[in-house]
Amino acid sequence: MTDTLTLMIDGQEVTAEQGKTLLEVAREMGKDIPTICFHEATTANALCRICVVEVEGQRVLQPACVVKAGAGMKVQTRSEKVIRARRTILEMLQSTMDLSEAPEIQKMMADYGADVNRFPDAQRRESEVIDDNPMYVRDYSKCLLCWRCVQVCADDVQYTFAINFDGRGFETQIGTFFDKAIPETSCVLCGQCVGVCPTGALKPKREFLLEKGMSAQEINVLNTGRKQRKQK
Amino acid sequence: MIKPDRIVSTTCPYCGVGCNLMLHVKDDHIFKVTSPFDAPVNQGNLCVKGRFGYDYVYHPKRVTTPLVRRYLLEGKPKPEGREQVFAVSKDGQPIAHSQISSLWDWVEADWDTALDLVVDNFSRIYKRDGSDAMSVYCCAKATNEDNYLLQKMFRAIFRTNNVDHCTRLCHAGSVVALQQATGSSAMSNTASQVTQNDVFIVTGSNTSENHPIIALQMKEAVQKHGAKMIVVDPRRIDLVDMAELWLPLKPGTNVPVFTAMAYVIVEENLVNHDFIDDRTEGYTEFLSTLETFTPEYAEEISGVPAEDIRKAARLYANAKNGAIYWGMGISQLSHGTASALALINLAFLTGHIGREGTGLNPLRGQNNVQGASDMGSMPFHYPGYMRVDNEENAAKWERAWNIEAGGLSRKLGLTTTEILGHAHEGGIRALYIMGENPMMSEPNLNETRKHMQQLEFLVSQDIFINESGAFADVFLPATPFAEKDGTFSNTDRRVQRVRAAHPPRGHARPDWQIICDIAKRLESKLGLDSAYWDYSHPEQVLREMGNVNSDYAGITYDRIDKVGLIYPVPTMEHPGTPTLFKESFPRGRGKFHPLDYIPVREEADDEYPFILTTGRLLEHWHGGTMTRHSALNEAYPEARVEIHPADAEIHGIRNGDPVKVKSRRGELVVRATVTEKTTVGVVFLPWHFHEAAANLLTNDALDPQAKIPEFKACAVQVFSARESDLAHPDVVVNRGRY
Repeated sequence: MTDTLTLMIDGQEVTAEQGKTLLEVAREMGKDIPTICFHEATTANALCRICVVEVEGQRVLQPACVVKAGAGMKVQTRSEKVIRARRTILEMLQSTMDLSEAPEIQKMMADYGADVNRFPDAQRRESEVIDDNPMYVRDYSKCLLCWRCVQVCADDVQYTFAINFDGRGFETQIGTFFDKAIPETSCVLCGQCVGVCPTGALKPKREFLLEKGMSAQEINVLNTGRKQRKQK
Repeated sequence: MIKPDRIVSTTCPYCGVGCNLMLHVKDDHIFKVTSPFDAPVNQGNLCVKGRFGYDYVYHPKRVTTPLVRRYLLEGKPKPEGREQVFAVSKDGQPIAHSQISSLWDWVEADWDTALDLVVDNFSRIYKRDGSDAMSVYCCAKATNEDNYLLQKMFRAIFRTNNVDHCTRLCHAGSVVALQQATGSSAMSNTASQVTQNDVFIVTGSNTSENHPIIALQMKEAVQKHGAKMIVVDPRRIDLVDMAELWLPLKPGTNVPVFTAMAYVIVEENLVNHDFIDDRTEGYTEFLSTLETFTPEYAEEISGVPAEDIRKAARLYANAKNGAIYWGMGISQLSHGTASALALINLAFLTGHIGREGTGLNPLRGQNNVQGASDMGSMPFHYPGYMRVDNEENAAKWERAWNIEAGGLSRKLGLTTTEILGHAHEGGIRALYIMGENPMMSEPNLNETRKHMQQLEFLVSQDIFINESGAFADVFLPATPFAEKDGTFSNTDRRVQRVRAAHPPRGHARPDWQIICDIAKRLESKLGLDSAYWDYSHPEQVLREMGNVNSDYAGITYDRIDKVGLIYPVPTMEHPGTPTLFKESFPRGRGKFHPLDYIPVREEADDEYPFILTTGRLLEHWHGGTMTRHSALNEAYPEARVEIHPADAEIHGIRNGDPVKVKSRRGELVVRATVTEKTTVGVVFLPWHFHEAAANLLTNDALDPQAKIPEFKACAVQVFSARESDLAHPDVVVNRGRY
């Protein structure tokens, strides 16, 4: 028998298993709490804060993906404060990065009435597409630093530790150690990172080339040449 | 962003893990692969081959039109001097090779012409020389249905059991050992149960590169579930980083190391007496042969410290749930069967079998090597491991295939290596190869080449003209996994669906359709009653097989639509069998086998001072037909020989230097990687690269029971060579993880 507890979510009493997060309990009730950095296959880190909820008696909004349900908690998942916070997060993301390949986030923007011009003077995080290996490309203009790629590369899945956060504050970006090209790192090219990327910042090379307008035929010919010739 | 026209769920065509792939297709091209995070085998995780290695499907060198040699079209006698000619240009067009003889040119043909040439020549040879002249290599890459039909064609029409495939070259030793000791021949447990082990042994398997997703589960077991891993391997493989113990044995000394573990378990009375009394036989006899195998004796032979052998024995025996996972390092030896039996003895001594999280687990190499074996693509067995020399079995298949009583051959057929060894006047005359590549995968390739030249008629059914197809008389363009329907059976015995993502390229046809077409033409030519070939869908093929093979009796495409079923599935209601041997073994009691230490056939000596061991790389697959035609080849474009720094220093070899590696059978030139990944006295070569084919060097000595060759150990010299001796001096691999 698992221990259970009772709490209130949006005025509704609910009995939950001990140890479950507010996100899990609310979703089981059919509540729509948006998530961006959260992924079922990675450890939740509450980085993006889009899943915040209001918990009575707490000074600040609480990230539902990591906060455990507690006995007697009173939780609001769509209070005005919550909605304003989510909208602001979306507006800040939109002002600094390229969300063109994140349809789920675009939908959230519409749902929350986010203003795309809220921060017109914001400095955008822009960087060149890094095309340094035969399997995938990295376009960090589209990266919102959700950390999923770092986690699956590390001890959530792969134990390869090829990438991590690099830089501080606004300069923070996902990178390799010593900024080495991917083939020269411990990377095994498994692409678990590509599989969990929510914004198209990581993309299979073939998809990237097709988007750039190369025909399938032209891409096929690429692989027949020995392009990787390098000096010793 | 590309919006896919459709997303097709299928099973990965590379290793035996059997990961679930979602193929994202636009304009009949796969542009991306993902995997669902609730996939039971791989939980959404893939390796570089599964996620990115599908592009060979679209490689310009793929052949999509039937090709026949000019001499056949012109009705001329076969010209002298069968040579290996890769006569296809970059854009897939046949090239004339008149410097050999224009009669050997490939000429494009329509299907009728090509198939009639196959039928005319096969039936001519069959009528002249009979069943013993006919032979076939089935294919562990192809579907269950393809394999079932191909062995059916050779057994039902040509009445021969000269049917085999590359299982002979990988786990034949394990299969024979498991058959002898348990009566079964597959993994006893599923790979994902590794997280339920508290101690497990990984031996002869570089799991991180060859079964990457199982390696993730092993790492998870250690890191998140507190399991202890013991690695027994001559190489310091990636898993050693997380191992409790690493036993770096000399190649081919498994029997003394594992039997010494048994010695310690008995000496310290860590045996599971209840299990031995209730479930096994032959224990007393086994005990009487144990006394020579002291850990000190094993240390002398294997180089593994006796104390480490003791520690490993105690860890495994004292485990609540202990399990053993093994690969080719156990089976690819001239005593591969004995080597696997040494592991089986350990499991019987401790009772670590028949429960979740335990077991004897040979990690099967190919995506469908388990299935191809299940389908009877072997010279001693019909589908379902039914011996061909058993009257009752033969009668069952005679009824299933509409054959007169006594019609099927009761004679054991020849194995892969034996088939080519018998290619001469009065022996094997005709060979049909589906998907395999013996000119890369057989040991001692210089000898294999001579045998290939002796064949009278060779058919290659493949997607590329590979090193073996280059000897063929007729080339039949088949389809890769992305262009056909069917099923694969993974190393867990899980039967899963394979689905076409788009129609075949060009004039290519799915293998099962080609086989049925030929079979019908043969029956009409030879005036035989039909064994039945009019299938409209591969599911009917699987059902026909399941009607006789009870393991598959309850499997329908409907039931395995989403997640597959783990056989045995004896009835339509049966939920599958993830763990075998819970109550008993198929042969009744598990049988202990007393073992002797037999050294590898060719040991290092003054003239050939190194032991060469061969294996695979993460980025490549076997003979390279697929991965050398993929972006994977850019990720790892050249063969390298690994040599230990101590040996390198003595021989004046620096990292990246070209070196010649020479055995008594052949030689090649590659760059050296100086690394502690290998041990002193041992060098390692991957066998994927035709320009430096490791199997030119390997020894064709066979295990007497399993007939598996000794790929894992032969004696070689290594000495400096010139840059200009390299096949491609300008190609240099540059990877951080090596």
